[in-house]
Amino acid sequence: MSAATSNEAFTQFLLRMGDNTLILGHRVSEWCGHSPVLEEDIALANTALDLIGQTQMWLGLAGEIEGKGQTADNLAFLRDVWDFRNLLLVEMPNGDFGQTLMRQFLFDAWHSIQLGRLMSSSDERVAAIAEKTSKEVAYHLERSADTVVGLGDGTEESHARMQDALDYLWPYVGEMFQSDAVDAEMVAKGIAPDPASLREEYDALVGRILATATLTIPDTAFGHKGGRTGAMHTEHLGHLLTQMQWLQRAYPGSEW
Amino acid sequence: MSQALKKPSVDQVWEWLDAVPDPEIPVISLVDLGIIRDVAWADETLTVTVTPTYSGCPATSVIAMDIETALHDHGIKDLKLKTQISPAWTTDWLSQKGRAKLEDYGIAPPQPAGGPQHCPRCKSENVTRVSQFGSTPCKAHWRCQDCLEPFDYFKCI
Repeated sequence: MSAATSNEAFTQFLLRMGDNTLILGHRVSEWCGHSPVLEEDIALANTALDLIGQTQMWLGLAGEIEGKGQTADNLAFLRDVWDFRNLLLVEMPNGDFGQTLMRQFLFDAWHSIQLGRLMSSSDERVAAIAEKTSKEVAYHLERSADTVVGLGDGTEESHARMQDALDYLWPYVGEMFQSDAVDAEMVAKGIAPDPASLREEYDALVGRILATATLTIPDTAFGHKGGRTGAMHTEHLGHLLTQMQWLQRAYPGSEW
Repeated sequence: MSQALKKPSVDQVWEWLDAVPDPEIPVISLVDLGIIRDVAWADETLTVTVTPTYSGCPATSVIAMDIETALHDHGIKDLKLKTQISPAWTTDWLSQKGRAKLEDYGIAPPQPAGGPQHCPRCKSENVTRVSQFGSTPCKAHWRCQDCLEPFDYFKCI
């Protein structure tokens, strides 16, 4: 395989990592000033901040590997929907507080396992980012898991809302474990694990927390897909980008 | 030749950096925080290696600017700042001096047990967590059940 093709796959992989943290970071930041209580507002804003910081590293490296002079900012603010490579799960609307925390938990669980594997990546830059960010993500997971348990095993109202959130979001979980040619090349080079290989650990972790939360995983094999490959995003991503990219679209090239 | 003689020693530079306060928690220095990982001369260029605390910490760029300003003020013209993310920053790198200063300031220093040892004001061990997050990415929000004062806890990572 030629170096150009190889870099293309590596770039795609890095965009997938960085677009996940970028889009989820933006979604979570939408809560800023709107949370049910001040402490949760601060917690969500801090989580969003971590994710945006992580994005700078992943997209920064993506631009470097791609070799066309793209910065993390360019990649974040100057691409349109079809160029994004995030999981559909992270572009889902916030819904209520419970749905936001359920989405966070389903993502954090995958994210923590993925980063754990990436710490032994053959590419030392990937391993270094994984080592750095896994500490933050362990903290995110602790909080989102605690909150899912607290609300799931809470009042009748909070339980019902968490079950609704799980029913709504569960069909977006399967996409995390799908593999394609990009993944095959990352596995061959020892850069990243096969996504499918994370499923067992994920199911064990998520199953344990959701059982403690007295929630039932929907009995469905149906899964939405198309985000990480860019084949088809949901209608929600375009709306998100109109907010996130507003300044660069209105005033192209403006700098902070 | 005379230029070389005027080059301040690495120890001297460390001392200067120890006088640069953390922009968010000005009671401790950048050296106390443990983010200055190396100071080295290569010919006429001084390289300062910095490891960021949290990925998204907004203070990171201010810190870089403060280092540049401080060292330029001490006459260092050729300065290179290097960001190093591995090994990842850990609160184990906080200096003993820094830990003591944090407590005096009212911020409970990090503990491996995952929570503050005691209230930084009245020293009561009867403390409870309000939120896993706090006013900056590096802190969580706790409260003393005896003196009833809320306080920041420096998260242990």
